[in-house]
Amino acid sequence: MAGARGGGCPAGRNDFQWCFSQVKGAIDEDVAEADIISTVEFNYSGDLLATGDKGGRVVIFQREQENKSRPHSRGEYNVYSTFQSHEPEFDYLKSLEIEEKINKIRWLPQQNAAHFLLSTNDKTIKLWKISERDKRAEGYNLKDEDGRLRDPFRITALRVPILKPMDLMVEASPRRIFANAHTYHINSISVNSDHETYLSADDLRINLWHLEITDRSFNIVDIKPANMEELTEVITAAEFHPHQCNVFVYSSSKGTIRLCDMRSSALCDRHSKFFEEPEDPSSRSFFSEIISSISDVKFSHSGRYMMSRDYLSVKVWDLNMESRPLETHQVHEYLRSKLCSLYENDCIFDKFECCWNGSDSAIMTGSYNNFFRMFDRDTRRDVTLEASRESSKPRASLKPRKVCTGGKRKKDEISVDSLDFNKKILHTAWHPADSVIAVAATNNLYIFQGKIN
Amino acid sequence: MFTRGLKRKCVGHEEDMEGALAGLKTVSSYSLQRQSLLDMSLVKLQLCHMLVEPNLCRSVLIANTVRQIQEEMTQDGTWRSVTPQEAGRAPLDRLVSTEILCRSAWEQEGARPAPGLGDGHVQGPVSDLCPVTSAQAPRHPQSGIWELDGPREDRGGFHKSLDQIFETLETKNPGCMEELFSDVDSPYYDLDTVLTGMVGGARPGPCEGLEGLAPATPGPSSSCKSDLGELDHVVEILVET
Repeated sequence: MAGARGGGCPAGRNDFQWCFSQVKGAIDEDVAEADIISTVEFNYSGDLLATGDKGGRVVIFQREQENKSRPHSRGEYNVYSTFQSHEPEFDYLKSLEIEEKINKIRWLPQQNAAHFLLSTNDKTIKLWKISERDKRAEGYNLKDEDGRLRDPFRITALRVPILKPMDLMVEASPRRIFANAHTYHINSISVNSDHETYLSADDLRINLWHLEITDRSFNIVDIKPANMEELTEVITAAEFHPHQCNVFVYSSSKGTIRLCDMRSSALCDRHSKFFEEPEDPSSRSFFSEIISSISDVKFSHSGRYMMSRDYLSVKVWDLNMESRPLETHQVHEYLRSKLCSLYENDCIFDKFECCWNGSDSAIMTGSYNNFFRMFDRDTRRDVTLEASRESSKPRASLKPRKVCTGGKRKKDEISVDSLDFNKKILHTAWHPADSVIAVAATNNLYIFQGKIN
Repeated sequence: MFTRGLKRKCVGHEEDMEGALAGLKTVSSYSLQRQSLLDMSLVKLQLCHMLVEPNLCRSVLIANTVRQIQEEMTQDGTWRSVTPQEAGRAPLDRLVSTEILCRSAWEQEGARPAPGLGDGHVQGPVSDLCPVTSAQAPRHPQSGIWELDGPREDRGGFHKSLDQIFETLETKNPGCMEELFSDVDSPYYDLDTVLTGMVGGARPGPCEGLEGLAPATPGPSSSCKSDLGELDHVVEILVET
């Protein structure tokens, strides 16, 4: 039974509690649009946590090392580096702005002292190197300490510069810029297990890149119809298999997932596997297609399963079974009767993400009213928690929330009509090994830790 | 709410009078709701953020929804649910039924409704927008819903916000729509062509579906023509007798 390691059982054990740890971001009621967090991602070790926002900035938090003298700060995340990744651009040809919003961040596995990540907006992917500098050289021969060049004729002796410690400086520098390969908006990037290539997906095409090469990419999926009038389906997400470097999946707006093998052909227009759950004819409505649109797809860490998120549910698929999902978890079924309103205010188009815990025993996804949901696959139990300033006392455990759908509302329950649809949790991330989760609520980043009482 | 399984009855076939009335109410309530959804969808497609490239996924999903509604309305032949004498009423300035469906959600969420979607009441006839747009398909196969340079006077009941949209469109020069959405490589944002594909995709449907519904005019034709046909018929009667 997984305990604190392996990501924990969020609902499986009675003595396991999720507790508030930290919250980052301004408390103001007036939220600047640029501060809205648009992506959250832990790196492979979980020591670094990156966020991207609508203003094109990336903020990286680093986990503090365990320190016996300050036990309460164990495992706290503090700002490590902040940089402007993307700037707003203007496409003069189309007379349209290109938003600087960071759609996705993906870390590369660490190979040396520096850290690398890919960040992307709608059109351009950038590879950033984040490195530390804690020494500087002093005692140059040709220049003074303040940098002014010395007159060579005045130099009478030579010396070897020595390295002296300095305050830690974390520098972020763009190492590669992968541009001009996407006509449509990039929705996904995924690093391959070969650590040399990665894919980027937009609404109609998926491209394969080599991390070293910026002026060429290979198109591996193209679903653009010859006649755009016939367009009825777009790509919504794509991801490489965690271990098989030739396999990737992509999801569509019609609720289908295609698994492709790059060995079979150069252009993977023909899938190897096709995952779709047959529609229940009794629940068909004009909104059926919209709510079946998959907003996120994620492989499990093991590579045996994958998870898809549509508007009302999360489905876990066995890669060996295409006909139907292994599990279906209802996120907020009470919204089914409100679909017309949600269509009108555009909430029905919200793209929620989902994530696995380290051991693949639990999954998490967001909802409205700053609620997020966790499902324990072993015990079949689920819980609804809230990311709010009210429950933000240090190490306070989170109280499960409940939405009342019927007539009589119990104490502490909230009725469906009282939900705040502007407070949506679209982005969540789970530490790859520990019971630590990061939840983005508009402009605030909440970090919760799991504890066994 | 919008389940396809909802039974709809053709008024003329109902034997029981009360049942007919109830059936008519069910029909019209469903039709009104469906029409509202269609109008709302068309507004959404039009009112996109012009500064930034619109979300293609959202546009495709809305366009698919519009197509589904139109296909169903074509199959039912119920898109012509407005009786001729109602066609002359004052134009609608509110979306029908939306208020009923969505009011609590609006007030709760504080969401600003799209222009024209007020908290109005169910009023009068269903908008004639749908029949007109379906009508355009056979006559102007290349033009999209947005290029209605057809006879506006035929549209008796007309939604105000959509009115504004079409006025805006008509003040621009003909090629402007393409320019607005054109792409260097390809028609990226050819919503008009996407919708054309959908409207045109109704294919022989619109004509066939009309047959059972326009008692005044023989044979299939657009509703505009049937409007004119009825008018002619009425005038004929007045003049001759």
